[in-house]
Amino acid sequence: MDAACLAAWDCLCWVYSFLCLVIIMRTLFVLLLGSLAYGALAASAVAEQRPIAFVGATLIPIEGEPVEQGTLLVAGGKILALGRDVAIPANADVRQVDGKVIMPGLVDTHSHIGQVAGADRSAPIQADVRALDSINVRHAGIIKARAGGITTVNVMPGSGHLLSGQTLYMKLREGNSVEDLAIRNAAGGMMGGIKMANGTNPLRASPFPGTRGKAAALMRTQLIAAQEYCKKLASDDKPSRNLGNEALCEALAGERLVHHHTHRHDDVLTVLRIAEEFGLRVVLHHVSEAGLVADEIAAAGVPASIIHIDSPGGKLEVMNLEPDNGRLLAEAGVLLAYHTDDPITDSRLFLRSAGMGMRFGLDRDTALASLTINGAKMLDLDERVGSLVAGKDADFVILDGDPLSVYTRVLETWIDGTQVFNLDDPEHAIYATGGYGAGRDAIASDIIMMEAGL
Amino acid sequence: MKRLTLTISSLTLALGLCSPAVLAERLAVLADKVHTQAGPVIERGVVVIHQGKIEQVGRQSDIRLPAGTRTLQAAEVTPGLIDARTVVGLAGYLNQPHDQDQLETSTAMQPQLRAFDAYNSRERLVDWLRSLGVTTLHTGHGPGALISGQTMLIKTQGNNVDAGMLKPLSMIVAQLGPGAFGAENRSPGTRAKQMAMLRQQLMKASEYRDKQGDGDKAPARDLELEALAEVLAGRTPLLITAYREQDIHSALRLAEEFSIPVVLDGAAEAYLAIDAIKAAGVPVILHPTMARQFGELENASFTSAQQLHAAGIPFALQSGYERYVPKTRVVLWEAAMAAAYGLPPEVALGSITIEAAKILGLDDRIGSLEPGKDADLVLYNGDPFEYSSRVTTVIINGEVVSDTAH
Repeated sequence: MDAACLAAWDCLCWVYSFLCLVIIMRTLFVLLLGSLAYGALAASAVAEQRPIAFVGATLIPIEGEPVEQGTLLVAGGKILALGRDVAIPANADVRQVDGKVIMPGLVDTHSHIGQVAGADRSAPIQADVRALDSINVRHAGIIKARAGGITTVNVMPGSGHLLSGQTLYMKLREGNSVEDLAIRNAAGGMMGGIKMANGTNPLRASPFPGTRGKAAALMRTQLIAAQEYCKKLASDDKPSRNLGNEALCEALAGERLVHHHTHRHDDVLTVLRIAEEFGLRVVLHHVSEAGLVADEIAAAGVPASIIHIDSPGGKLEVMNLEPDNGRLLAEAGVLLAYHTDDPITDSRLFLRSAGMGMRFGLDRDTALASLTINGAKMLDLDERVGSLVAGKDADFVILDGDPLSVYTRVLETWIDGTQVFNLDDPEHAIYATGGYGAGRDAIASDIIMMEAGL
Repeated sequence: MKRLTLTISSLTLALGLCSPAVLAERLAVLADKVHTQAGPVIERGVVVIHQGKIEQVGRQSDIRLPAGTRTLQAAEVTPGLIDARTVVGLAGYLNQPHDQDQLETSTAMQPQLRAFDAYNSRERLVDWLRSLGVTTLHTGHGPGALISGQTMLIKTQGNNVDAGMLKPLSMIVAQLGPGAFGAENRSPGTRAKQMAMLRQQLMKASEYRDKQGDGDKAPARDLELEALAEVLAGRTPLLITAYREQDIHSALRLAEEFSIPVVLDGAAEAYLAIDAIKAAGVPVILHPTMARQFGELENASFTSAQQLHAAGIPFALQSGYERYVPKTRVVLWEAAMAAAYGLPPEVALGSITIEAAKILGLDDRIGSLEPGKDADLVLYNGDPFEYSSRVTTVIINGEVVSDTAH
């Protein structure tokens, strides 16, 4: 309706037209409403700037020791202070959260919520496509992820390509557009990585590779072409713009991380080999046979983002996936994170992934870090999120118990000092548990993504 | 069928006798908590096992162990877990055509397909479930067809299908809704067509059964109709997979029209049809708590088990069928999640032990720790449902079948 009114301002006969008079009246009304709404918004912005003190909870800062009966003080979207003896400003909104547990918002390094899509079937390497051009910010998967305590997500296209596009780092703020949710770099650009894959998923009929050798050759050829492009870009002889190569230049410069799907031990080593050849900064994803090459991964200084799956198998290249994968990587000294790969595992059960890792031998501290700060490091976001530290973004979850207990529920999720999930709100609660209408948005595209593979 | 059961029983007996030393020994499991599922939890309890059966259950202070009794210690012990609906053994972990025998799609209705003709007792997923406390499987043909075949009841023990067999024909599997539509314009293509086909076939089986007494005029044997006649005779329930509310009502309508025993499977929207399910007296084998909530399960809820319990509807939990990962779910973890979402923990445990046994008609042998029942036990180093706890030992028919912590 608003858009129609604005368009109507173009008509030249508005003084004489009764219709236009109606439009003017309506527009004035809308403007009036808008100013009221703006007033409310301004008021709420002020309210948000009023500090909020969460008092009485056990704080698990991840970086630093847990604090019993501590206080978390936030304002202006940032963490101001936390600890046992925090001075609470006189104007603070004080919330008693005795007996509760507060930890940083969870960081999911690999998810497909928001109906994210990337490359189409036309070619195996499509660095030009951006995940950000596909996001539905109202997707039920995003609401459910908030209910699971997830605040920062790397949403990625699938693994059916050697390179399926540019990924998007977003915070699960409430918003009307992907711009509202995107995480910005210093230059104001939307942050993300590059999604690559090897192994069996990208092996398809031509023009896709038919073998692993061909897959590696295609990728190397593309990266060499990109190197040439970047060189020209830095010279006086500017090439005509190539969107794919532009993104690859960022990857080759180490500014854009490569998130690489890989399962089998030899495929993992192929990733490390190519990363070294081209100076790519890479994060390994899934890494089902990591246990066989954990030392090589550690020596390369490359982090691993893994998934917990409740049983072995599902396809040949994951036949050796064992639930102690996390322990093996951590013991080898590899930086470890878990991811949901939602819809492969449900964002609302993300805490469970690390809980199950612990069941199979992962130590508690690494288990907690693998849901938070370690993932943040894998997205170059550890200066901003992933732990409760003064000055960092006020992204946190309030739990009713130990984060690594099956009986623990997420009560509230906060992003940039604003509550985005509250279990006490029936409209939120239905997304936390499921129920009639909670899945309506999860349409067929999710299933396609799932078919494309873990 | 009776002859086959006899053969299998005698085989089981013969295999059992191969290890008389193990069975002659008396074994006692001592635990801080014994979840008998036949009464309250016993603190500092003991379960005494002799010759494959449970001999005594009680407080450690009340029971004197005979000399020479071997003992095992645990923080908690439960009855052997029952997976009330799975395809494991027919479906394998590699997920390649050669290890996926849970579904044959040449025609829409094949009630004659027997589960034990396709079961691989050495399948890695069987090992996996056993190591996590699952001692009995209700396994067989999967979802994906109007009638996909039969199920059986088998213990996760033994190197061939006969060794662990409890019941070769347990139920016949049917499915309503789009998950069982035919491919490429083959029937059924709608829900209404599914019901028409099922009704027509049951009528045909009914006539077939009625004509059995006609001497020379009796019809020639027909495996398909023979199998459905078992359903009509009330001996074999129709296990109907129905996720949506309208499919649940269709299943109940079918049960009423033909007076046949029906068990609801999946039942993601059961909470919308509580009164009807209750009135029909039909038990529910609910989808796994962590089943993905989209497609036909878009309205599924983590709280469905709790809602069925609150309504007094008998139900069990299952691992179900997954076409990708995890290739099987684990009922211990599905029950744990139901407990996390409001189902009382002892009830959650019941949904994978005694309540499952009742729905499967095996509660005289398994599902609880009571004297005279099969000695199927699971030992844990903590709360059975907690992430950090582990299954430390699994016992089937008095024999330790797994003792590495999982």
